[in-house]
Amino acid sequence: MITLKGVEKSFGKQQVLQGVDLKIPTGKLTTIIGPSGEGKSVLLKHMIGLLKPDRGEVWVDDIDISQLKDRALNDVRKRFAMLFQSAALFDSMNVFDNVAFPLREKGLALESDIPRVVEGMLERVGLVGAGHKNPSELSGGMKKRVGLARALVMGPEIILFDEPTTGLDPLMAKTIHDLIRSMHRVFGFTAVMVSHQIPEIFGISDWVAMLKHGKIIAMAPSKEFQKIEDPAVREFISVNEENIVQV
Amino acid sequence: MFSSVNSMEWIIGVGERTLVRVQGMGHMFLFLLRAIAWVFRPPFRFDQILKQLHFIGFKSTFVVVLTAIFTGMVLALQGYYSLQKFGSEGLLGSAVALSMIRELGPVLAALMVTARAGSAMTAEIGIMRITEQIDALETMAINSLQYLISPKIIGALVAVPLLVAIFDVVGIYGGYLVGVKLLGVSGGSYWSSIESAVEWRDVYGGILKSVSFGLIISWVCCYKGYYTKMSSEGLGKATTEAVVLSSVLILVWDYFLTSVLL
Ligand SMILES: Nc1ncnc2c1ncn2[C@@H]1O[C@H](COP(=O)(O)OP(=O)(O)O)[C@@H](O)[C@H]1O
Ligand SMILES: [Mg+2]
Repeated sequence: MITLKGVEKSFGKQQVLQGVDLKIPTGKLTTIIGPSGEGKSVLLKHMIGLLKPDRGEVWVDDIDISQLKDRALNDVRKRFAMLFQSAALFDSMNVFDNVAFPLREKGLALESDIPRVVEGMLERVGLVGAGHKNPSELSGGMKKRVGLARALVMGPEIILFDEPTTGLDPLMAKTIHDLIRSMHRVFGFTAVMVSHQIPEIFGISDWVAMLKHGKIIAMAPSKEFQKIEDPAVREFISVNEENIVQV
Repeated sequence: MFSSVNSMEWIIGVGERTLVRVQGMGHMFLFLLRAIAWVFRPPFRFDQILKQLHFIGFKSTFVVVLTAIFTGMVLALQGYYSLQKFGSEGLLGSAVALSMIRELGPVLAALMVTARAGSAMTAEIGIMRITEQIDALETMAINSLQYLISPKIIGALVAVPLLVAIFDVVGIYGGYLVGVKLLGVSGGSYWSSIESAVEWRDVYGGILKSVSFGLIISWVCCYKGYYTKMSSEGLGKATTEAVVLSSVLILVWDYFLTSVLL
């Protein structure tokens, strides 16, 4: 269970998170929705200790990670993987080495097993034979999928997905959603996803939460979330559905 | 006439700016200490260090040789012109060699490395910061200082003295070309004056300078890259600041070391 209590975060004069209270249930897929620039990425980064709250607490099970430093924090991070919104591939390495990197660094697989594991993962994200390419040669959507492969290959307890399907065509978005869902079913990791993909996310998420004006304004199981009457939630859902139709 | 309110504000302003500066320097210094501490903790990243030696050292050889040969040649021209007035052209070799080994070799090689490798270091690390690659390392429980910064510091500490040695040798040879082949100083006196004038402590001073310049370059350039502001203007600014600050520090530190070593 990841628990945020009264998390506040400002950059300069801009207060992004204004007291976030949120419980991410273990083993479930929780999706966070909300308008752009509201701090969804900032929120995810707090869960893995990349950003520290100005006020408030971030608990991973029974550890308050907002107080941890270097080695203790790294011990907690070993249980995580993260897909960044920008994919954050290492541009000094090709696709294969990017995906193999966490395996080698964490000693998760024998060097002789790595080609099989990595190629298998690349196949699942639809990138067979792209291993030798450099990140600069990839489209935005391909980078996302490499980033996804790099996160999934670690087989962690908790995975944070920051907009895994933004910038993908609808078919590829569906493939990625199905992949996340099926991996989630098989491995039972705790997943936190940021996404705009309405209504698809209601089909794949267990829980949905909405961030607005620096706070979680609603959180409910996926089915119930769609029935929430709160005008801000209704507006967000309908606007995003319209966008999908226009595309 | 000063109004007392204005002068109060002025004093507070100066105080604040001084505090920010001092804090910034402390921040930079801590960064260096932490990066150095990470050198001694496993895992040891020899492959990263080799990569840096290749990048900072090997890839700077061409530009260092080029600047060295012309520096040696111009030193010989200038030296010949001055020494000729006293009829002591025979001392040309020692004049060239001493200026090279004591001063110009370390300083010019360090400035060239700053321009070539230092700016690239800042840009590389800065891009990794902006594109969240540093964050990605951290999420994999890899310490980014150890992975990125420590190998660059070690690489520079080893590579810069070697480049300076190359600079010295090539520069002295450049002086030989102009002095002996072009201006007709006797080759024997060129080399023998070097042998009799250059002492061990000249060489030692040059090595000390070059090691400390290597530290300054990697420290300043890595720091500026690591704390790049999140924008593309931020990256340009960081690179410029890194090159300017590291060049200025090299010259200031050079004066300080020279005055102590003399
Ligand atoms: N490291 C940072 N430094 C300064 N401002 C930041 C930083 N990270 C995010 N912000 C700001 O915080 C706000 C929320 O950003 P973000 O979390 O990326 O929004 P989104 O909900 O679209 O993911 C934005 O205005 C952004 O400019
Ligand atoms: Mg975002």
